[in-house]
Amino acid sequence: MTNPQTLPPLQVDRVVKRFGSLTAVAGVSFALGDGECFGLLGPNGAGKSTLIRSVAGRVRPDLGSISIFGAPALSVTARAALGWIPQDLALYPLLTCRENLYAFGQYQGLRGKALRDAIQWCLDWATLADRSDEPVKNLSGGMKRRLNMAAGLIHRPRVVLMDEPTAGVDPQSRNRIFEMIEVLLSEGMSVLYTTHYMEEAERLCDRIAIMDHGWFIALGTKEELVRGAFGGRNDVIMRFSQNGKDASAWAVSRGGTFESETARFAVDEPSQIAPLLEAAGREGLELIDVVLRRPNLESVFLQLTGRELRE
Amino acid sequence: MIPAIIRTGFTGLRRDRGALILSFILPVAFFSIFAMVFGEQRGNRTPSIGVLIVDEDRSATSQRLVDALKRESALNALTHPEQKKGAPVPSDYTSASAENAVKEGVAPAALIIPKGFGANPIAFGPGGSHPVFQLLHDSSDPVAPQIIAGLLQKVVMTSMGDLMADAGAKEFEAIAGGLTPQQRQALDSNLAQIHRYTQRGDTAPSASASGSVGGMVNVQERDVVGEKKTNPMISFEAAGIGVMFLLFTASAAGGTLLDEAENGTLDRVLSSRVSMTSLLAGKLTYCILLAFGELSVMFLWAWAVFHLDLFGHLAGFMVMGLSTAFAVASFGMLLASVAGTRAQQAGISTLLILTMSAIGGSMFPRFLMPEMMRKIGLLTFNAWAIDGFTKVFWRDEPVVNLMPQVAVLLGSGMVLFFIARRFAKRWEYD
Repeated sequence: MTNPQTLPPLQVDRVVKRFGSLTAVAGVSFALGDGECFGLLGPNGAGKSTLIRSVAGRVRPDLGSISIFGAPALSVTARAALGWIPQDLALYPLLTCRENLYAFGQYQGLRGKALRDAIQWCLDWATLADRSDEPVKNLSGGMKRRLNMAAGLIHRPRVVLMDEPTAGVDPQSRNRIFEMIEVLLSEGMSVLYTTHYMEEAERLCDRIAIMDHGWFIALGTKEELVRGAFGGRNDVIMRFSQNGKDASAWAVSRGGTFESETARFAVDEPSQIAPLLEAAGREGLELIDVVLRRPNLESVFLQLTGRELRE
Repeated sequence: MIPAIIRTGFTGLRRDRGALILSFILPVAFFSIFAMVFGEQRGNRTPSIGVLIVDEDRSATSQRLVDALKRESALNALTHPEQKKGAPVPSDYTSASAENAVKEGVAPAALIIPKGFGANPIAFGPGGSHPVFQLLHDSSDPVAPQIIAGLLQKVVMTSMGDLMADAGAKEFEAIAGGLTPQQRQALDSNLAQIHRYTQRGDTAPSASASGSVGGMVNVQERDVVGEKKTNPMISFEAAGIGVMFLLFTASAAGGTLLDEAENGTLDRVLSSRVSMTSLLAGKLTYCILLAFGELSVMFLWAWAVFHLDLFGHLAGFMVMGLSTAFAVASFGMLLASVAGTRAQQAGISTLLILTMSAIGGSMFPRFLMPEMMRKIGLLTFNAWAIDGFTKVFWRDEPVVNLMPQVAVLLGSGMVLFFIARRFAKRWEYD
């Protein structure tokens, strides 16, 4: 008999989902480790939400299998172990924070003291204890987002699906949400996190899958992804004055690209900036500033797909 | 600027099916219903009024009156209960059986032709020893007895002209103090001619004759159903208006399913341990309790303000109230599960509820409608619920007599809920 402790919190195996002629998920496989935060990064329409809804049991894949600690995704055992924080604010707007948590707790089978304790934990975790009796419709956008997250965790699941939990919130609230997620991760919860904000994935995720057109086009840690796409190279970005001499021909002749008065070069070592600066001076170009930048996930996505992440 | 605003308005309207239905289909549907109820598309005739005839006189004259009443197109005069297939012709109504039939709602009134009518049929002026007709009626239909009384005067006048002339001559002779031989001869000759015309039916009743002539026969009216009730129409109104608003309430309550589907709450609920069947059953129960609560408030108000005897009919009210609440709640569930969006559901429900209320008797009594409309009305919850509540509060019938209404309401409610469950499959998985 298999020991449940050795089974992965989430196992997705060759999942395919089609809607008519559109293939939303085209054969994706991965496993989520204990206490791991796994990021799904991709533009709108990449298939992230379909994949996450398949794990949540709201979409039936055409092919493949999904299991939570070895149990099929639609089973009662899987549902008990799984929490889902949907992209929409899936709350009852006329009910208070406490009443919403009470309802969703009951839907998850909680009763009595266990339910009361769970509600209090959620209110504390989401820092909403002082607004617990406020109807949801009166809360700020950030508070609604936090309550939306808390409602998905009321039954203290071991695996949590977070579908763009920071969509539409201000930077301060977003930071608060990151801290909340980091608390969960420190407690050993496994998280599958979708976003199209690169900086979120970079901050929270242990591993990242870049998804496009239903496929994982890359998978690994941030460092692995950057190294895989760019090796050890860095970007040198040189911005020129609009009123000076045209630098485009010069940039291309030096193996770079030029767009919007900005030249980009890939260099293996930072010391290679100096020859570039000297050459530009000899050419009589009017330089405004120079930046040396390590490629990030956005650069990786651009490199792999030829498109911006948020297109 | 203004054309752009107009174009934007029409483009929005074209894409909002609910608003389109409310703007164009609902008015046409309502116009058609009212035209059928009040105009009756073919013939433009007033619907006939049912009246039970009891002939206690059993004379040739009373038989002539019965025949004339049967020929009157504005009346549906019956002397005995409807004959069942293969059964012998039922015996004629007696005053007691006719009274019971009126109480049971077979007809809105019964006319009893008194003994002695044949010997002394017509009365001119007040007083005298002329027998008095009894008109037993159900005051839940306040129109029928007035029309029947008027039509009785008309029928007597137009179908029994010879008797009227005889009586008139006798009256004149008594007042004038006798006739000369020549006057007597001329009068006899004319009276004989009137008798011949009458026998030939030359003076058969015409539909255009006025029914407002009074005083040829004495008629005494008696309310046999509501005589002990303080406010005859209140239970009818409470049921009629109540059911219509119950339908709106159930529709709105069911519509929360669509709200939840649209804002993602339904997804979250269904990803928990709640199944679609449990969710629908929970929503249905909520709708039933809400509808029953609303009905209870309405009847309590009727009890407190309009003196409806609610507590004397509590069992009947509970049975009818819960059956009606179940049926309308299932209707609400079905509407929500069939409609694509909340706006569509609002449009469809308004159309259906107003139509059902119009033909089902919530807006005006079904007894005022043509026969065909009355039958169509039986396709609505409103008609069955109103009939049931009328049985309870108006006719004081025992709970067991509510069986047909309860069976229809519960049966159709179950069918609608089953269909709603089938349609709700679309929410289970993408």
